Amino acid sequence: MGLKQKLHRQKEKYKGTKMAPAFNALHTFLYLPNDITHGGTHVKGADDLKRTMNIVIMALVPCLLFGMFNAGYQHYAAIDETLRAAPWQNFFTWDNLIMGLWTILPLVIVSYGVGLAIEFLFAVIKGHEVEEGYLVTGMLVPLIVPVDIPLWMLAVAVAFGVVIGKEVFGGTGMNILNPALTIRAFLFFAYPTWMTGDKVWIHGAVARDKAIAAGENIDAISGETILGFYAKSGQELTVQAANGAEIATTYGERADALYSLQDMFWGFIPGSVGETSKALIIFGALFLIFTKIGSWRIIFSTLVGAVAMGLIFNGVAELGWISESSKFYGLMTVPYWQHLIIGSILFGAVYMATDPVTASQTNKGKWIYGFLIGFISIMIRVFNPAYPEGVFLAILLMNVFAPTIDHYVLQGNIKRRAKRLKLKTA
Amino acid sequence: MSKDIKIRKGLNIRLKGEAEKTLSNAPRSRTFAIRPSDFHLITPKMVLKEGAKLQAGDTIFYSKSNEAIKFVSPVSGTLTEIERGAKRVIKKLLIEGDQQDSYKDFGAIDPSSASPESIREFLLTAGCWPFIKQRPYDVIAKPDSEPKAIFISGYSTAPLAADLDFILQGKEKELQAALTALSKLTDGQVHVCIGNSDSPLSGMNDVTIHKVKGPHPAGNVGTQIAKIDPVNKGEIIWTVSSQDLVIIGELILSGKFNAERIIALAGSSVKSPKYYKTKIGSEVSTFVYDSGLDEENVRVISGDVLTGTAISPKGHLGFYSSTVSIIPEGDDYEFFGWNKPVFNKISPTRALTFSWMLPNKKFELNTNTNGEHRAFVVTGNYEEVFPLDIYPLQILKACMVEDLDQMEALGMYEVAPEDFSLTEFVCVSKQPHQQIIRKGLDLMYKEIG
Repeated sequence: MGLKQKLHRQKEKYKGTKMAPAFNALHTFLYLPNDITHGGTHVKGADDLKRTMNIVIMALVPCLLFGMFNAGYQHYAAIDETLRAAPWQNFFTWDNLIMGLWTILPLVIVSYGVGLAIEFLFAVIKGHEVEEGYLVTGMLVPLIVPVDIPLWMLAVAVAFGVVIGKEVFGGTGMNILNPALTIRAFLFFAYPTWMTGDKVWIHGAVARDKAIAAGENIDAISGETILGFYAKSGQELTVQAANGAEIATTYGERADALYSLQDMFWGFIPGSVGETSKALIIFGALFLIFTKIGSWRIIFSTLVGAVAMGLIFNGVAELGWISESSKFYGLMTVPYWQHLIIGSILFGAVYMATDPVTASQTNKGKWIYGFLIGFISIMIRVFNPAYPEGVFLAILLMNVFAPTIDHYVLQGNIKRRAKRLKLKTA
Repeated sequence: MSKDIKIRKGLNIRLKGEAEKTLSNAPRSRTFAIRPSDFHLITPKMVLKEGAKLQAGDTIFYSKSNEAIKFVSPVSGTLTEIERGAKRVIKKLLIEGDQQDSYKDFGAIDPSSASPESIREFLLTAGCWPFIKQRPYDVIAKPDSEPKAIFISGYSTAPLAADLDFILQGKEKELQAALTALSKLTDGQVHVCIGNSDSPLSGMNDVTIHKVKGPHPAGNVGTQIAKIDPVNKGEIIWTVSSQDLVIIGELILSGKFNAERIIALAGSSVKSPKYYKTKIGSEVSTFVYDSGLDEENVRVISGDVLTGTAISPKGHLGFYSSTVSIIPEGDDYEFFGWNKPVFNKISPTRALTFSWMLPNKKFELNTNTNGEHRAFVVTGNYEEVFPLDIYPLQILKACMVEDLDQMEALGMYEVAPEDFSLTEFVCVSKQPHQQIIRKGLDLMYKEIG
């Protein structure tokens, strides 16, 4: 008796019991089920939700792998700044990968473990099948958190995000807010010192900082992100040069000295785990658009929105409407196109804004929805005093407004129909 | 005022087993059946009892809500069985056919001189009224309603559907008689949509001919209505399928209700798919065994694979069907079927599905759902195959929550379940779109009427 028959018998045994959804979730992982059509169309297209979600996960895997190398690279480069001189040689090394596996695999395991446990629990309690939405969420979560986040925080946040962000609304397909971003937002607001500081973006930076505070003499740069540097652009900073001399500089200059545009594009920079490599995100975006799984309308319009806001800020700075001493000056003068390769706007546009459940559901609405996400992201990025990044806040905000956008798009259709009727009866 | 229609949105589902264009006579069926479920929302009121002798054209039952709508016997014989289900609902009427049909004579009429009232009366008494359906609600037309137009599709784009140009050829006289009669029943126009200019319908008088181009659902009458003269609130449109025009036409010309119909026997499980001349309600086995089947475990569908009704291999041809499709059942598991690359199924995406690379391949699809039922998740994919100016996802959701105002506003009067067959086919969440729309229409019919 083959595995197929054995599992089929088990399935028949579990049928109608409480555990049926849990068993079926595992069974359907191995085998496409033997369900046949009843009424309606007698044949069906090849795609199901598992396949759809699987494509998104495939698009995310390069980002995850890169994130692992980057975790190691940032850790070692923080200790030995000379590594940054030749990132290509020093990036794809075993040391980096092992360090990355050591720090990031636990994040993945906690994210999937906690999230799927809750999904299974709810499926068994409510008697519905385990839906695939969390397969993507569980992958996104480790990619959008700082590498050194304590695992218990992540576990609490995942539990909150899955239960409050999704299950209370009825599970996959019913939620209003993107669950992964709900988790991110929970972390941001519940543990602000962890999520916003300049220490969490590089593995070991917190421990080193504590050691320095305790009086140890360690030579290492802090774990500031580029946006963090730019936000404090004009402020002065002293760094130690290789020969021990102290050099006075500003945060803005320091960022430029540390990270080149190439570094930003290829992703050799500190940041959340999966969002640093713009090249791989663009690759993922092309893959999603090609497979018709991701909405090109949303991705494209988000970038257009971001560029629009960036241009406005550049214009404001150019016209001299803002003084150089303003704390917003640093980020406002970042060239508009550069906004796309720093921070997580690309990652957000490609993997987060395109979540079909929480985005606008009409094609016209998607244009508006995406544009506003890009626009507001850059606005928050520049104006948020506590935390110089606004992509996740902008997406969550637009998640809330997506039904409103759709409502007005539908009104257009409804009015057209009413007008047609009026013409007829007039 | 002819108007050519070209649609871009849609999907041609290319399946193996298209019927070859040769016509055979199916052996005469022993029994014939009428299933009242073919007539949506009609509750039959029986006129005859079991054992009654019938002529072709004798009334068997009429609609409980409207006595004028009569349903007649397709053949002469004996009413042998009234099969009832739960709550004594009549599921099937079984007629044992005579060797040779004798017809009840309704008397021929001249459609060009007859008055609209007499034509209406004639079609009602002779049992041809059920061929006329109406939008909104996609039910048999109310005899006293005033349609603003009548639509006839002479072009079929549904997968494996009978080629109307083939089955209508040589029937020009009947078609013309029926169209002239129908044109009397409306103040508006009779719109006939054809696929190519050598269609038997192309030379018809008293009608407006439109040419249609594009992928399925270009041939669906719902698409044609939407592009030519959409239904507004309070308006009624009648639709008749073109193969039924032949029966109406023959009745007008000869006074006989001749339920003869040419059907396409198609599908990947059929050994030699081709066309058969048979009668409404015949046992499908009469021609299925003639063509032969490739396998045992099959689904026999009276109608096309998107909108037809599953019947048993010993079942009977439905009242409106001009196609019988037979495809393999898909009640088997597929190892890692959800993530491995797929070459043998049709998909509108490219999610490791490669039907986009095989534009000329004919597929052998089975009845597997290719995944489990889920909540609506993916958006934007229905719009790609839905040519109507309606938001499909939103109208489906309005139906599910029974929001009558929203259903009306979003265009419920314009749609029929079959318009949602393609969205159902591509649905990633495997939702039963046609059923949702049918329930929504029924609710509106009940509440608004």
